[in-house]
Amino acid sequence: MKAYLILENGKVFEGTGFGSPRECVSEIVFNTSMTGYTQVLTDPSYAGQSVCMTYPLIGNYGICYEDMESSRPWLSGMIVHEVSRVPSNFRSEDTLDNFLKKYDIPGIQGIDTRALTRILREKGVMNGMITRNGDYDLDRVMEQLHAYKVGEVVGRVSRTQKEVLPGDGYKVALLDYGAKDNIARSLNERGCQVTIYPAYTSADEILADNPDGIMLSNGPGDPQSCGPIIQEVRKLYESDKPIFAICLGHQLMALAMGGRTRKMRWGHRGGNHPVRDLADGRVYITSQNHGYVVVPESLDPKIAVPAFENVNDGSNEGMRYPGKNIMTVQFHPEACPGPHDSSYLFDTFMQMMGGEN
Amino acid sequence: MPRDRSIKKVLMIGSGPIVIGQAAEFDYAGTQACRSLKEEGVEVVLLNSNPATIMTDKDIADRVYIEPLTVDVVEQLIIKEKPDSILPTMGGQAGLNLAMELADRGFLEEHHVRLIGTTPLTIKKAEDRQTFKDTMESIGEPVAPSQVVHDVENGIKFANQIGYPVVLRPAYTLGGSGGGIAENEEQLIDILTTGLRLSRVHEVLVERSIAGWKEIEYEVMRDHAGNCITVCNMENIDPVGVHTGDSVVVAPSQTLGEAEYQMLRSSALRIITAIGITGGCNVQYALNPDSMEYAVIEVNPRVSRSSALASKAAGYPIAKVAAKIALGYNLDEIPNAITGKTFASFEPMLDYCVVKMPRFPFDKFISAKRKLTTQMQATGEVMSICTNFEGALMKAIRSLEQHVDSLMSYDFSEFDDEAFQEQLAIVDDKRIWRIADAIRRGFPQDKIHEITKIDIWFIDKIAVLVEMENRLKMEPLTDELMREAKRLEFPDSVIGRMTGMSEEHVRVLRRAAGINAAYKIVDSCAAEFEAVTPYYYSVYDGENEARVDTGKKKVLVLGSGPIRIGQGIEFDFCSVHCAWAFEKAGYETIIVNNNPETVSTDFDIASRLYFEPLTPEDVENIVRLEKPDGAVVQFGGQTAIKLTQDLIRMGVPILGTDAKDVDAAEDRELFDQILQETHIPRAAGHTVFTAEEGVKAARELGYPVLVRPSYVLGGQGMQIAISDEDMVQYINVINRYTQEHPILIDKYLSGREIEVDAVCDGHDILIPGIMEHIERAGIHSGDSISVYPAMELPRQVKDTIEEYTKRLARALHVLGMINIQFIYYQDQVYVIEVNPRSSRTVPYISKVTGIPIVPLAAEVIMGKTIRELGYTPGLQKEADYFAIKMPVFSFEKIRGADIFLGPEMKSTGECLGIARSFNEALYKAFLGAGFRLPQHKNMIITVRDSEKEAVVDIARRFAALGYHIYATEGTEKYLKTRGVESELVRKLEEETPNLLDLILDHKIDLVIDIPMEGAEHSHDGFVIRRNAIETGVNVLTAIDTARALVSSLENADKNSELELIDIAQIDSRVEKAHED
Repeated sequence: MKAYLILENGKVFEGTGFGSPRECVSEIVFNTSMTGYTQVLTDPSYAGQSVCMTYPLIGNYGICYEDMESSRPWLSGMIVHEVSRVPSNFRSEDTLDNFLKKYDIPGIQGIDTRALTRILREKGVMNGMITRNGDYDLDRVMEQLHAYKVGEVVGRVSRTQKEVLPGDGYKVALLDYGAKDNIARSLNERGCQVTIYPAYTSADEILADNPDGIMLSNGPGDPQSCGPIIQEVRKLYESDKPIFAICLGHQLMALAMGGRTRKMRWGHRGGNHPVRDLADGRVYITSQNHGYVVVPESLDPKIAVPAFENVNDGSNEGMRYPGKNIMTVQFHPEACPGPHDSSYLFDTFMQMMGGEN
Repeated sequence: MPRDRSIKKVLMIGSGPIVIGQAAEFDYAGTQACRSLKEEGVEVVLLNSNPATIMTDKDIADRVYIEPLTVDVVEQLIIKEKPDSILPTMGGQAGLNLAMELADRGFLEEHHVRLIGTTPLTIKKAEDRQTFKDTMESIGEPVAPSQVVHDVENGIKFANQIGYPVVLRPAYTLGGSGGGIAENEEQLIDILTTGLRLSRVHEVLVERSIAGWKEIEYEVMRDHAGNCITVCNMENIDPVGVHTGDSVVVAPSQTLGEAEYQMLRSSALRIITAIGITGGCNVQYALNPDSMEYAVIEVNPRVSRSSALASKAAGYPIAKVAAKIALGYNLDEIPNAITGKTFASFEPMLDYCVVKMPRFPFDKFISAKRKLTTQMQATGEVMSICTNFEGALMKAIRSLEQHVDSLMSYDFSEFDDEAFQEQLAIVDDKRIWRIADAIRRGFPQDKIHEITKIDIWFIDKIAVLVEMENRLKMEPLTDELMREAKRLEFPDSVIGRMTGMSEEHVRVLRRAAGINAAYKIVDSCAAEFEAVTPYYYSVYDGENEARVDTGKKKVLVLGSGPIRIGQGIEFDFCSVHCAWAFEKAGYETIIVNNNPETVSTDFDIASRLYFEPLTPEDVENIVRLEKPDGAVVQFGGQTAIKLTQDLIRMGVPILGTDAKDVDAAEDRELFDQILQETHIPRAAGHTVFTAEEGVKAARELGYPVLVRPSYVLGGQGMQIAISDEDMVQYINVINRYTQEHPILIDKYLSGREIEVDAVCDGHDILIPGIMEHIERAGIHSGDSISVYPAMELPRQVKDTIEEYTKRLARALHVLGMINIQFIYYQDQVYVIEVNPRSSRTVPYISKVTGIPIVPLAAEVIMGKTIRELGYTPGLQKEADYFAIKMPVFSFEKIRGADIFLGPEMKSTGECLGIARSFNEALYKAFLGAGFRLPQHKNMIITVRDSEKEAVVDIARRFAALGYHIYATEGTEKYLKTRGVESELVRKLEEETPNLLDLILDHKIDLVIDIPMEGAEHSHDGFVIRRNAIETGVNVLTAIDTARALVSSLENADKNSELELIDIAQIDSRVEKAHED
């Protein structure tokens, strides 16, 4: 079945459809991870986007449902060079194709994903359409593409109900802005009782539960479109509770404290980004998925100072808040997909809450 | 941490001669490391006994010593050169062992030399079996349970404890001989008994077998701050049980899920941290395919063959970065040269699939067993890159240059399905082809997996290729089908064969349909950043990224493909120097090659690198894109020469000697004509195609005669026939593959063999020096000990050689390199063969004479004359020292290979002995080749009748050195009549104790075994020679070699203090001589 990827700049890639036959308009981004497509598919931060995997052979080890990072895939579409016709792994329960069909997510394969990546690198992230309709009217498609905005998607991907993972250690409140499951799992493994709150839960409600620490999760979309949440984050800041924030959570904290974020040209999406801990100069390979970044100079250094930076482009990768027990990072210590090298930050968070409980 | 300024002068130790398991990858790593050190202003002292390497060039290091790799030599060198540091991690196991020994003795401390890049403790943690096990246990990393046993009883006990099957590894046997896998107690007793006997220390390691598990490797880097990254991981398609060097390997891993990938990655980082490596290391894992269970197989705390592969596969220069780390830099301070925007602390992300295939020497060793085990047997490898696995596999197959172009290259039709099922269980070099055939026969994939343990994912990919074969056979060749076949990298020739069209016709159709190769960049970052280093691979399903229009003149330099016996690292030396010379002259250089172990495929050698097969079609694709102004073929061995006609067809001018003149040298009739015109004699000979013609020719010439195919390197298929039976057998062996050219039959002359390499500018010639072989004609020149300058040749003979060289070079209109082999027989100089191209001896002769002949030849090709280049034409002044090139063999590695020397080349590498006196040079050469004599002062002599007289003097001299001689009946009797005492020993076929028992007693230093000539008897004594080799006994099969060895031993005492010679200084001496 022929399928087309039409980009906002007019470039059309012809390939073969897989997954759902549905048509979709979304932002097109690329991810350079060589494994971990299941985690990418189910990372809520990709809501509103279609992901091009730069590694050309995808689906080799099938789908293992246990590897899902949330209840379902959230991305709009999947773009790959070649989907493996035979998945082979002792844990595999399904094929990539079936999985996408099951959740009604369209995919396109058989296109030059490297050429696509180079376009995104050179021109910046842009919108695109995946369609199986060969009779598309390019002008109309262009209108649709220009009009598309990822917008506020946190509300869509966040839980609607509070959920508790029992544990006999610290009580952690996890704000779900589109959280990957491994954040809760990482805390739970360390003995924490994790209470996961929907994104729009008020600070008062959270503080009323008197957690030992608060965790702000990753999530999709433009952080500046999360106005109401930012106000609540500000209140959490005031609470003096230990706070650990990842990705969108990190950006929201910066915005709450008067900082700015900017959209990056093509973002960081992959499992190979070196990040320097400015405290001791150590470098860690991190998992990343973000298209916006905190502008550290926009923050009053009395309130927040950079704690981590990207070795390659020098962009901000984390802040610390002097006088506060707050640590925020742009990258993903919860990995999944990607290296687990920075998982020690969960231990740091344990220390922030008072050490071994 | 910034660079440690206290490091000013570094000694680098190379890996020595090329042997199986330690090959060109260390020249690549060492060269890269030297350049990395030098760009930091460090003075580099280099020690390597191998003259064929690029690292031993004075362009690469400041001081170059091509001396034996022994502790004594390193100690003397340290005293002489006073380096402040040693970088021991670039020279393979050989280099690392030497450094460890020096550290253990306290020598380094005493002389204030420190190890950089590693510490003795680190090496011990990785290499000492017990310390390694303890270290792994301390960090919770699993290793396969194992125990060292000294008797069968304990072996049984331990095997019962861990369960069968068990792997048995005898200690200190070469090539893993005596080892094996025991499925039950009976087999255990059998293998263990032999293993204990073969082991010098009667020690065998019994280990739980994890055969059948996935074999996975990670290449890891770590700096002094503790920052770690993985460069790349690799998956062996062959499960555990086959040495990774012999496996088909894919990068990155294909069948590992995120969970396994990250689990092993995290483990590798924990291991490199626990061992404390600063630099690069390789961690090998066995991964249970049915669970998350894994075991660490081994850790190499240094650069390795795998790290060379990973460097090329990922575009990450591991050796370069490791050298920078050794100087104190941290990963985030070292820029990534490929992107210029990222740092060495960035993990490469591949957006393509890499396949490596081993190149085996089984075409050379017909008697070898071919069975693949944990002992590596491949001499070299090829790598290919594509965006799909099938395409990468197809490209790798045709890169091998072994008469294979697809998965249809072997015929298994002699087996019915039942017999074939048994065949499928065989683990050898044809396994992939058998799997393809099994699919053709309709075997279910599960069944194939069950038998081979190869992952279904790979089996299915092979099935995709088989399906395409069928489609091509059954369906009309539509554009769509053609496009898909090309996406899977089916060559036009194979498509033609399947569809009943000519290759040419397929090509025309393909181009008409606009189906052309496009080139993608290897950039280490999956296109996330723009790459500045043009390192390309081809695909058929994408846009072209190669930027080729720069307005400069372009030259195509063809590489020499995989390392094989007869075409080794020497040709990479030549290709690289050729590229550099053209670059210096303002050309853009385009290298095409597929060997990941070489310097030529490093990302910054040529202006553009195409990592591609060297077939006409693949080269033509590049030519059509690049439109080079010319191609140089004379430096890339036969691989490049073979492409000459195709390049001409493509309209590419051949720079240097004209193709028709290259042909004239190979074509017997044309060549005879030239010899007649130039009045140069050669041994009488004929050309034949069939065995009958061969017999007729030989009878006319009179036996013995030399039989050889034309257009081969390394004497492939070359033999001395002494009878009609021999002739028939040899010609049939040659004709296993269809010969385009006739077979040459020449009268065999048993004279002194002399060789020259020369440069000719069309008029004048330059001969750096005359080399003479110690062994008489009949042993391949590559297997002979070569001496420069030739000893005691009368002046007029040298003049004749110079004159003949000049005449031949002119008659063949040579522009560039020419190599000529002569025989000096009964006061007459005969020509044996002429090769108007670069030869195996070029690096050696250029280094020992200080005359850079490859750059000179390149300049001549570009139009300069020898005089313009500042040289006086003719034979250059002889050096005032001797330089002896000694062949080095890898016989212990190849089970079942016969080791006797003949006209077909068998050596894998070489080392150099250079000294003021002939005897010291010879002594150094033997030392460099691994002769450590005397030890027990016992030797065995068994020689054929015709050599008995010659051996008397040699035996007498060994006896005078205190050797106790054992001899077989005939030899013993003969020696006695000539007054040399020896002890009679029974032959192998006689009752024990016999020859074999003597060898297995581990008390013999040396066996001199000269077998009978001819096909019928040359294999006599095979078992003795094999056993001797496998237990580490030196075996000589030529009388001349034995004579040289005894001379060297007689002078050993005088050589206790060797004089070390800096090759980098030779140049200036010669130039001075030149000015005189």
